[in-house]
Amino acid sequence: MGLLSKKDAKLITDPLLDNNPITIQVLGICSALAITAELEASIVMSVSVMFVLGLGNVVISLMRNIIPSKIRIIVQLIVVATLVIIVDLVLKAFAYELSKTLSVFVGLIITNCIIMGRFEAFALGNGPWRAFLDGIGNSIGYGAILIVVGFFRELLGSGTLLGIKVLGDPIEKTGLYAIGYENNGFMLLSPMALIVVGIIIWIQRSKNTSLIEEN
Amino acid sequence: MEHLELFFKSIFIDNMVFATFLGMCSYLAVSKKVSTAVGLGAAVIFVLAVTVPLNWLLDQYILQEGALSWLGEEYAEYDLSFLSFIMFIATIATMVQLVEIIVEKFSPSLYNSLGIFLPLIAVNCAILGGSLFMQSREIPTLGLSLTYGIGSGIGWFLAILAIAAIREKIRYSSVPPALRGLGITFIITGLMAIGFMSFGGMLTGGDEEKKEISKVDSKIEKKELITEDAKEIVADNTNTNKQ
Repeated sequence: MGLLSKKDAKLITDPLLDNNPITIQVLGICSALAITAELEASIVMSVSVMFVLGLGNVVISLMRNIIPSKIRIIVQLIVVATLVIIVDLVLKAFAYELSKTLSVFVGLIITNCIIMGRFEAFALGNGPWRAFLDGIGNSIGYGAILIVVGFFRELLGSGTLLGIKVLGDPIEKTGLYAIGYENNGFMLLSPMALIVVGIIIWIQRSKNTSLIEEN
Repeated sequence: MEHLELFFKSIFIDNMVFATFLGMCSYLAVSKKVSTAVGLGAAVIFVLAVTVPLNWLLDQYILQEGALSWLGEEYAEYDLSFLSFIMFIATIATMVQLVEIIVEKFSPSLYNSLGIFLPLIAVNCAILGGSLFMQSREIPTLGLSLTYGIGSGIGWFLAILAIAAIREKIRYSSVPPALRGLGITFIITGLMAIGFMSFGGMLTGGDEEKKEISKVDSKIEKKELITEDAKEIVADNTNTNKQ
C-alpha cells in the first residue's frame, strides 16, 4: 500500500480481529444486538456508525488542543449528536421504511460506547488522518460482526437474505422447503442475538488462545 | 391502574436489557461483583427517574410539532423534533452533573457509594434509550413518564443484579476456556432473556381480545341491519310506484 504506511495500515486491520470493538473491547453492544434480525438493517447501521465514527474522530482530533478537559464529555456528546442528526435525517429522507425499523436505535448511536471509547482512547491524542483511519478501522470491525450476526439470523430465521428468498418459498413449498425444511422463527427473537454473538466469541477465542480471559 | 400496568410492563415485558439490549456495555463491564452492580443499578434508577420526566416536558413544550404554540400563534407551526437527540443528551449530561453535585453536598455516604458510577451514566444507552422510547411510544402524561422512568430503571437494576449474582457463582464452575468471561456472560444473558419473554402474556389476557371481537361483530350486525332497512324502504317505494 503506497498510500498508507505500515503503522497506519495496522490501524485499520487491527480492529478487524485481534482488537475487535465488539468481541474484545466489549464496546457498542447495545445496537449490535437489537437491529440484527435483518441483514439490510445491520448493513445500514454499520454504514451509519462508520460515517459518525470516521467524521467524529476527525472533528475531535482537530479540536483536541482547544477542548478544556473538564467539559470534554459534553463537547464529544454534542459532536456525535450533530452527526447522528444528519444520519437520521438522511435515512428519513431516502429510506423511510428502514428508518422505521431502526427506530430509536439510530439515536442511540450517540451513546454507543464504541464512539465515546474511540474519542477518549484515540482521537484526543492523535492527528486527524490517523484518527480517521482508526475510526474507519473500528467501524469496519464493528460492522463485520453486525453483518455476520445479521446474515445468520435472517438466513435461519426467515430464509431470506436482504429480503430475497434464497431458500425457496415457504408457502409454495419450493427449494429447501420442498424436502421439509422449516424456518427457525426463534432466530428472529432478541435472545438469539446474544447467543449468536456468544458463539462468535467462542469460535474466535478458540482460534486465538491468547485472548482467553480468566474465570 | 394505568400506572401499575405501565410500571410492570416496563420492568418485565419491555425490560431494558433483555428486550431492547440497552445499557449492555456497562451491564457487561460492571457486573463482576454484586456490590458494584447494586451501586450502578441504583444510580440508573435515580437518573432515569429524573431525566425521563424532564425530557417529557422538553418534548411536550418545546420539541414536538406545534409544541411552541404557548409562545404565541405564529410559533404554532414550528416542528423542532429533529433537535431532540441533542436536547435529550444535553439534558442528561447536565442532570448527571447536577445530581452528582447535589448528592455530594447533601448525602456524602450515598455519594461514596454512587459517586464513581454517576459520570459513567451520562453515556449509558439505557438513559438516552429511556427518553427516546418515552418519545416514540408517546407516553401521554408527566406522571406516567415518571412511572415509566422508575419502572425501566428497576428493570435494568434487576437484570444487572441477576447477572452479577450468576457471575459470582460461575467462578466456581469449569467453563470451557474459550467461553470464559465474556462468552459465557453473553450466552447466560440470552437464556435469561428467553426466561423474561415468558412475562409477555402477563398483561394481555384473553379477555381484551374477546371484547374487541365482539365490538367488531356488533358493528357489522348494525351495518347489515341498516342495509336491510334500506332494502325494505326501497321495496316499499317500488310497491307504491306500482300501485
